[in-house]
Amino acid sequence: MKVLGFILQKEFRQISRDKTILIMMFLMPTIQLIVLPIAMNFDIKSVNISIIDHDNSTYSQKLISKVGSSGFFNITSMETSYPNALENIEQDKADIVMEIPSGFERNLVREGMQKIGISVDAINGAKASIGGSYLAAVLKDFNTNLEINNDNIKTPQGLIDVTYRNWYNVRAEYKYNIVPAILVILLTMIGGFLAALNIVKEKEMGTIEQINVTPIKKWEFILGKLIPFWIIGMIVFTIGLFVCWIVYGIISQGSIPLLYTFASVYLVALLGFGLLISTYCDSQVQAMFVAFFFMMIFMLMGGLFTSVESMPSWARGISNMLPVTHFIKVVRMIMLKGSNFSDVRTEFLYLIAFGIFLNSWAIWNYRKTT
Amino acid sequence: MDEEKVITCKSLSKKFGDFYAVNEITFDVNKGEIFGFLGANGAGKTTAMRMLCGLSFPSSGEATVAGFDVYKQQEFIKKNIGYMSQKFSLYENLSILENIEFFGGVYGLDRKEIKERSGLLIQTLGLEKEAKKMVGELPLGWKQKLAFSVAIFHRPKIVFLDEPTGGVDPVTRRQFWDMIYEAAATGITIFVTTHYMDEAEYCNRISIMVDGKVEALDSPSNLKSKFSVHSMDDVFYQLARGASRSAD
Repeated sequence: MKVLGFILQKEFRQISRDKTILIMMFLMPTIQLIVLPIAMNFDIKSVNISIIDHDNSTYSQKLISKVGSSGFFNITSMETSYPNALENIEQDKADIVMEIPSGFERNLVREGMQKIGISVDAINGAKASIGGSYLAAVLKDFNTNLEINNDNIKTPQGLIDVTYRNWYNVRAEYKYNIVPAILVILLTMIGGFLAALNIVKEKEMGTIEQINVTPIKKWEFILGKLIPFWIIGMIVFTIGLFVCWIVYGIISQGSIPLLYTFASVYLVALLGFGLLISTYCDSQVQAMFVAFFFMMIFMLMGGLFTSVESMPSWARGISNMLPVTHFIKVVRMIMLKGSNFSDVRTEFLYLIAFGIFLNSWAIWNYRKTT
Repeated sequence: MDEEKVITCKSLSKKFGDFYAVNEITFDVNKGEIFGFLGANGAGKTTAMRMLCGLSFPSSGEATVAGFDVYKQQEFIKKNIGYMSQKFSLYENLSILENIEFFGGVYGLDRKEIKERSGLLIQTLGLEKEAKKMVGELPLGWKQKLAFSVAIFHRPKIVFLDEPTGGVDPVTRRQFWDMIYEAAATGITIFVTTHYMDEAEYCNRISIMVDGKVEALDSPSNLKSKFSVHSMDDVFYQLARGASRSAD
């Protein structure tokens, strides 16, 4: 224990002298939490639409003004032919082309039916599908409000009117989804990156050899490295929670101590992961590269920005093997739903298992004598 | 010979794949001796030294350091030795005092002891003004002297020095050797590798490694008369000329 004290003292001295890391420790949570959730808005609010009206009738004008006033669309241009409109899509000036055929009004009135052509630029899949369904909704609404349709209903039929409510995130705002995700990324970067880079730096400088030739015990060295970064991680997490509260008014619905319990176990698991990387890498560049590789997988497969449930089953399997998947799930459940421990017990066991597995592997693979 | 042996080494080898970095070396080092370990670049000096320090497992052969086995008792060996590697390896972003404190602590000294001894050390080194300066700011010669002082701070039985004076000016090298003599006078055994033949003359006994093998082992004066030459330089040339490994 006495030796551990000397190691911790040394680590804290070194960290406190590394200005870049110190600044990053405080700037990273603040900037990332303030800027990213606002910038990363997946709510589609403005879809650019180009309209071709071959009919020029009262009905077609009504439809166009309805689309324009729906609040989802910017009518960027009125074209006279389909090729012209398509050019707008090619030049990225429009996301959707709506073509109203000639005889639109006549057919609607006489035959009660008319088809409309919609072309969607599907390069941005989310925008295309959401824009397409917005437009379909507007058309449906237009349809039900047509006088001819209303006149035809002589006897009111039984209608099921569906109303729905968004739970836990009443206005279905993206920030409630993204803010916890960024909080988790912060913890992941500190756990996975900082500790790994720190140890590999000692390898690069050659100081690790000086350490390995001392009677220092393996666990003393490793704890001496993990404890400071664990503490830093918890500080960053705390700053992050404050930013969530001050900037977004997001206060954890569930128990804060429970949230911290999970954060601390998750950090231990991730620090073990960082340690593991460091035992396999000889230079900071290697460690950085490996860490980035895993970071990408964590970000895109851990359910931070996409839903794990909608992945193919093999991908769900991989996703389940990532600590981050379980942690982000818990953070969202506790912060937004107010879940209690019994709701997230499985996740807790997962994280404990990851912690034990990753740290044991790292300790096993750290050799004082090669 | 009733001299106490602190290092014994019998047919010690280290193999990397098919390559024998160290090929069956055999020698003993006596207590309080300054033992010079010479050889061209790539001859296997550092590899041999790393095995003796418990940093690297031998492939075959036997060796004991301070009475402990290099295969099974590395951690006991580590308690009894000091090591100064080829690469400067104190922490550049810690001050002189903080480095001494850290390494003292790691070797199990308590804070009071560290404080007393480090005060004394700073005084002998004449570094009173620089004590709180970061080690990274010191000139190389000072760094090397400090690294040596840290390596013997916990009063080990043996200290291993891997090319301690590389890149250091002649005056500082001279001072460095004075420090080595002082340490040897207190009973610490010195195991030192070097390229400088004038330094070889300062050693009690030297061994010369060529291509992973120990080709010569004796006192400098005996070696010179054996090869009937006048300087250690010539002894070294005669032995190293036949080396097949090119210098790096």
